[in-house]
Amino acid sequence: MLQDKDRIFTNLYGYGDRGLKGAMARGAWDGTKGLLEKGKDWIISEMKASGLRGRGGAGFPTGLKWSFMPKPDPARPSYLVVNADESEPGTCKDREIMRNDPHLLVEGCLIASFAMGAHACYVYLRGEYIAEREALQRAVDEAYEARLIGKDNINGWPFDLYVHHGAGAYICGEETALIESLEGKKGMPRMKPPFPANMGLYGCPTTVNNVESIAVAPTILRRGAAWFSSFGAPNNVGTKLFCISGHVNKPCNVEEAMSIPFRELIERHCGGVRGGWDNLLAVIPGGSSVRCVPADQIIDCPMDFDSLSKLRSGLGTAAVIVMDKSTDIVRAIARLSYFYKHESCGQCTPCREGTGWMYRVLSRMAEGRAQKREIDMLLDVSKQIEGHTICALGDAAAWPVQGLITHFRGEIEKRIDQYAANPHSDPVRVAAE
Amino acid sequence: MTKIIVDGKELDVPPEFTLLQACEEAGAEIPRFCYHERLSIAGNCRMCLVEVKPGPPKPAASCAMAVRDLRPGPNGEAPEVFTNSPMVKKAREGVMEFLLINHPLDCPICDQGGECDLQDQAMAFGGDSSRFAENKRAVEDKYIGPLVKTSMNRCIHCTRCVRFTAEVAGTGDMGSIGRGEDMEITTYLETAMSSELQGNVTDLCPVGALLPKPQSFRARPWELQKTQSIDVMDALGSAIRIDTRGREVMRILPRVNELVNEEWISDKTRQVVDGLKTQRLDQPFVREGGKLRPASWLEAFAAVADKVKGARIGAIAGDLASVEEMFALKTLVESFGSKNLDCRQDGAKLDPKFGRASYIFNPGVAGVEDADAVLIIGSNPRRESPVLNARIRKRWSRTNMPVGVIGERVDLTYPTQYLGAGPDTLASLAGTPFGEILAKAERPLVIVGQGALAREDGLAVLALAAKLANKGEWNGLAVLHTAAARVGGLDIGFTPSEGGLDAAAMAAGGVDVLFNLGADEIEIGAGPFVVYIGSHGDRGAHRADVILPGAAYTEKSGIYVNTEGRVQVSDRANFPPGDAREDWAILRALSDVLGHRLPFDSLNALRAKLVAAHPHMAQVDAISSGDAAKLASLPQGSVSKAGFVCAVQDFYLTNPIARASAVMAECSALAKGRLQQAAE
Repeated sequence: MLQDKDRIFTNLYGYGDRGLKGAMARGAWDGTKGLLEKGKDWIISEMKASGLRGRGGAGFPTGLKWSFMPKPDPARPSYLVVNADESEPGTCKDREIMRNDPHLLVEGCLIASFAMGAHACYVYLRGEYIAEREALQRAVDEAYEARLIGKDNINGWPFDLYVHHGAGAYICGEETALIESLEGKKGMPRMKPPFPANMGLYGCPTTVNNVESIAVAPTILRRGAAWFSSFGAPNNVGTKLFCISGHVNKPCNVEEAMSIPFRELIERHCGGVRGGWDNLLAVIPGGSSVRCVPADQIIDCPMDFDSLSKLRSGLGTAAVIVMDKSTDIVRAIARLSYFYKHESCGQCTPCREGTGWMYRVLSRMAEGRAQKREIDMLLDVSKQIEGHTICALGDAAAWPVQGLITHFRGEIEKRIDQYAANPHSDPVRVAAE
Repeated sequence: MTKIIVDGKELDVPPEFTLLQACEEAGAEIPRFCYHERLSIAGNCRMCLVEVKPGPPKPAASCAMAVRDLRPGPNGEAPEVFTNSPMVKKAREGVMEFLLINHPLDCPICDQGGECDLQDQAMAFGGDSSRFAENKRAVEDKYIGPLVKTSMNRCIHCTRCVRFTAEVAGTGDMGSIGRGEDMEITTYLETAMSSELQGNVTDLCPVGALLPKPQSFRARPWELQKTQSIDVMDALGSAIRIDTRGREVMRILPRVNELVNEEWISDKTRQVVDGLKTQRLDQPFVREGGKLRPASWLEAFAAVADKVKGARIGAIAGDLASVEEMFALKTLVESFGSKNLDCRQDGAKLDPKFGRASYIFNPGVAGVEDADAVLIIGSNPRRESPVLNARIRKRWSRTNMPVGVIGERVDLTYPTQYLGAGPDTLASLAGTPFGEILAKAERPLVIVGQGALAREDGLAVLALAAKLANKGEWNGLAVLHTAAARVGGLDIGFTPSEGGLDAAAMAAGGVDVLFNLGADEIEIGAGPFVVYIGSHGDRGAHRADVILPGAAYTEKSGIYVNTEGRVQVSDRANFPPGDAREDWAILRALSDVLGHRLPFDSLNALRAKLVAAHPHMAQVDAISSGDAAKLASLPQGSVSKAGFVCAVQDFYLTNPIARASAVMAECSALAKGRLQQAAE
C-alpha cells in the first residue's frame, strides 16, 4: 500500500488550502527554478528514467513523447497542450487535481513546456467543468501574481498559460480533435501522420498530455526518477489515481501504487464490493472504452497496463467501474453504446454508421428482442469498426461490445430465450430517430 | 524516388506520393469516395483502406498516407502495400456495408443511377446483402439553390461538396452540422449557394445526394448521346461534353482539360441548356410595314439583295460567332469592297495591328499558376470567367501571392488589395507599395478586362499594363475577354481597316445595310437596314429588318479561339430547329443571291480557305504566341480619371442564349437579391 509520505496529490480531497500558499506548504513550486536550471535534457532523461506512462489512457511513455519535439524554431513555436477534456464515463481524476491541487498542474505545465521549448501552454478544459475552470483559473492567476509564470517570471523561462474551456464534446478529448477545437474549428480528429509533434496546433510542433501526466512531473523531478519507479511492477511503475465507482461500499478517488491487485484496491479503499466478493459480476477496469472483465479474472489481477491488456482489457484512465450481480450487464453496455453513438463526431464512415447500428442491436438484445445469430453479427460489426477509423473512438465504441459478447454471450442468449418463450405482440414500428 | 512494393510489384515513386497514387501507378484500382485529386484530403470515407507491411495490424487509409511515411522492413526491405489481401477485402466490404445501411437504395428513382460511384463500387467491392435490420436514418432535404437539388437521405458524408465550396469556389457556402449519425450537409441556413461554380458539386457528389435541379427526372445517363465540344459562354473556352437525347440537348458537363478549365465549368456553361430551346428563331423573317412576318429563305434573301445594290454595307460579329462564319462574312463584305467590319461590339480598342500579344491572355490560363503577383485592371474575373478566377484563387491559396485590383471593388473570393478606381491609379502605380511588389515580382500577371479597354483611353491603359507586365522572358499581359468569338475575330482581322467604320459608327448609321452576325449587346440606330443572322430572338432580332435563323453553338461545328489564343474546335451535338441553318451555309447561300458567290461549298472547303489565310487556325489546341516586342508599338496616351466599369455586370445574362434561359433568370434574380442585401 502506498504510504502517505509517497503521495503526490496530497490535497486530492480538498481538505487543505487549495490556494498558492497551501500548495507551497505542501511542496509545490519548491525549487522549480533549480529544476529548470538542470536543463531540458536532464528533465527529459529523468522523465524517461522514471518510467512514467501517459495517464490519459493509451499509456505512451511520457518522457519519450517529450523527446519527440523538434528543436525550437522561431518560425514555428512549440506548444504544450494539456488535455483536461476528461469525459470518459467513470473517470474523475483530473477534475480533483484541478479543483484541489491545481498548482501541481500549473507547475507541471511550466516544467513540461520548458522541457520541450514551448513558451505557451493551453489547458483544454472539458465544457462541463465549471468549478474546475474557476479553480484552475484562480491558481493560474495566483501563479501569475506571484510571478511564478508569465513573460518575466522568477523561474527564468518566459511562459504563458491559457485555460481554454471546451464545449463538452467527448471527441475533443482525442488529441487532434482537441487541437482542431482549440483552433476554433469543429472538433473532428485529424489524420495521422503527420503527428502533432510535427504538425499540431496551428501547424506547429505540439505535445498533448493528460493532466495527471503533467501534474506528477514536478514531484517526480523533485524526488527523483528512482523514487517514482520504485512503485509497481516493471514497465508499469509509479503511483496512479484510481477512480473507483459502481457497486462498492465506498466509491472513491485514490492515489495508489501501480500494479496493486484489484482485491486489495477495493478492500482497502472502498470497503469491499457491495454484498461481498461473491456478488461481483464484472469490472470495467479503465473507463468505459475498455472491455469488461468478469469477476473471476479480475479479482487477483494487478491493476496495471500490461496485466490488464493480457486480459484483453486495459488500464485506460484507471476508472474502475465495479458491477455486482444486480447489474443488467447487457443494458449497461447498451447504455455505453448509446454514449458512443451520441459522441461519434460523424467524420468517418465506420464509426458514424456503426455506432448507431451497434446501439440499436444492443438495445434490442437488452430486451431479448433479437435473434441469437445477431450476436455473431454484432461482434462482426464491432470488428468492422475497430481499427478502420481515423481516431480511436471507433475502437473505444467497439471494445465494450466485444467484451460483453466474449464474456457474457450466455447472458444475451438467456435474454433472447426468455423473450421468445413469452408471447409478445409485434412491437409497433416507429420511425427512425 | 522511393521503392515500394504494391501487390508484389516493385516500383519507384516520388516520396510525396500518397499510397493511393502509388497503387494507381502500379495499376491497382483503389475504391474511394471522399478522395478527389483537386480537393484537400479528408480521409473520412475509409473506402480506400489498404494493408501495409510493416505496419500496425490494421488497414491504413491509402489516400492520406504518404509513401515517405512508410517504414522500411527490419532489414531495410521496401515497404509493401497490399490492395487485395483478405484484410483489405474484408475492410472494404465492411465500409461499404456501413455506407449502405443508411443509404436509401432508391437507385431506380435516382437520377445518379447509372453513373453513381456508390452503385459501381458496391458492385465491385461490396458484399452481397445487408445485415442491417433496423430503421434507416431519414434526413430532410435542403434548399441550397436553384441549380442543385438535394436528396440528403442518399448523402454518404464524403464532404467533397464542402471542400469544393471552401477550397475551389472560395465561398464556403456548404458545411456540416450535427455530429455522428445526425451529421448533415447543408448551407447552414438553407440559403442558396453564392458561387458561380456551384454546379460542380453535382459532378463531385459520388452519390445522388446533390443533383442538377433543372435536369431532375429528365433522362437516364445511358440514353444520352455524348458529344465533346467547347463552351462559348465566356472566353475561356472550357472543354464540355454535350449530352443529347434525340434532337434535344439534355445537359452539359465538363471535360477535363488541364490547360484550360481543369475539370470545372461555370454555372452558365452548365445550365444554359434550357436557353437553347426557348426564344429560338426557326424560320426567316422579313419586316413589312414595321412588323416582322415569317418568310421563306428565298423571300428573305431577295429582300436583302434588294437593299444591297449600290449601298454602303458593313458587318458586326457578335460574341458567340465561330471563326468560320466570321471569315465567311468578312469575305462576303470585302467582296463588295467594304472595309466596314467589326467584331468588337463592346467598343474595345483592341486591334490586330498591334500584334497578337496585344489582345490575348499571354501567360496562358495555366500560366496563372506560375504567377507571383497579380494586378487586375478593370475586370471582375469572378463574373467574366469564374473558372479562371478559381485558378487565381488556387494559386493564391498555395502561395499567398498578392493580388491588386484597379476598378470596381469586388469580392473575388480571395483577399485583394484595392488600389483605386481608374486608369490614373494605374499610371501612378510606380513607387506605391503595390507598385514595388509588381516591380519585384519575377512573373507578374496583369489581367486587363474589357471594362478597361472599351473606353476612349483603352489603348493607353493597355500600353501602361503592357509595360508593367513585361519582364524579359515573361510577358504577363493577360487580356481577359468576355466573348468566345473575340480572339478569333481579331485573329482573322474582323476589324475595320484603314478608312473603315467601327461597330459604333456602323450602328449609328454609317452604313445602309448592316449584317449583324449575332451581335445582341449593341444598340443599332434607326438608319441601317439590318440583316440579323443568329439563333435567338433577342435584341438583335428585334431591331432586324431581315432575320436569317442560324444555329446555336451546340448545333454546329466551329473553331473558337479562347482568350489565351488557343484554337479549339467544337462539335455538333444536335441540329438547329425548324428552318434554321448553320451560319456559314446561310452566308454561302445568300452570297449566291447577292451575286458575289463565296468560293466554298462545304465547311471543309471553308476551313481550307481559312487556314490558307490564317495558318495558325490549323493548329488545334495550340497557342501561337504573340510577339511581346510588338507591344512597344502600342500608342501611349493620356488617361482619364473615370473609374473602370466591369464588362460583365450580370454574370448570368451575358448572351442571348443565357437570356432565354429560365434557370439563368432565376440565378440572376437571386444574385441581385444578394447584392442588394450586401449593400444594405
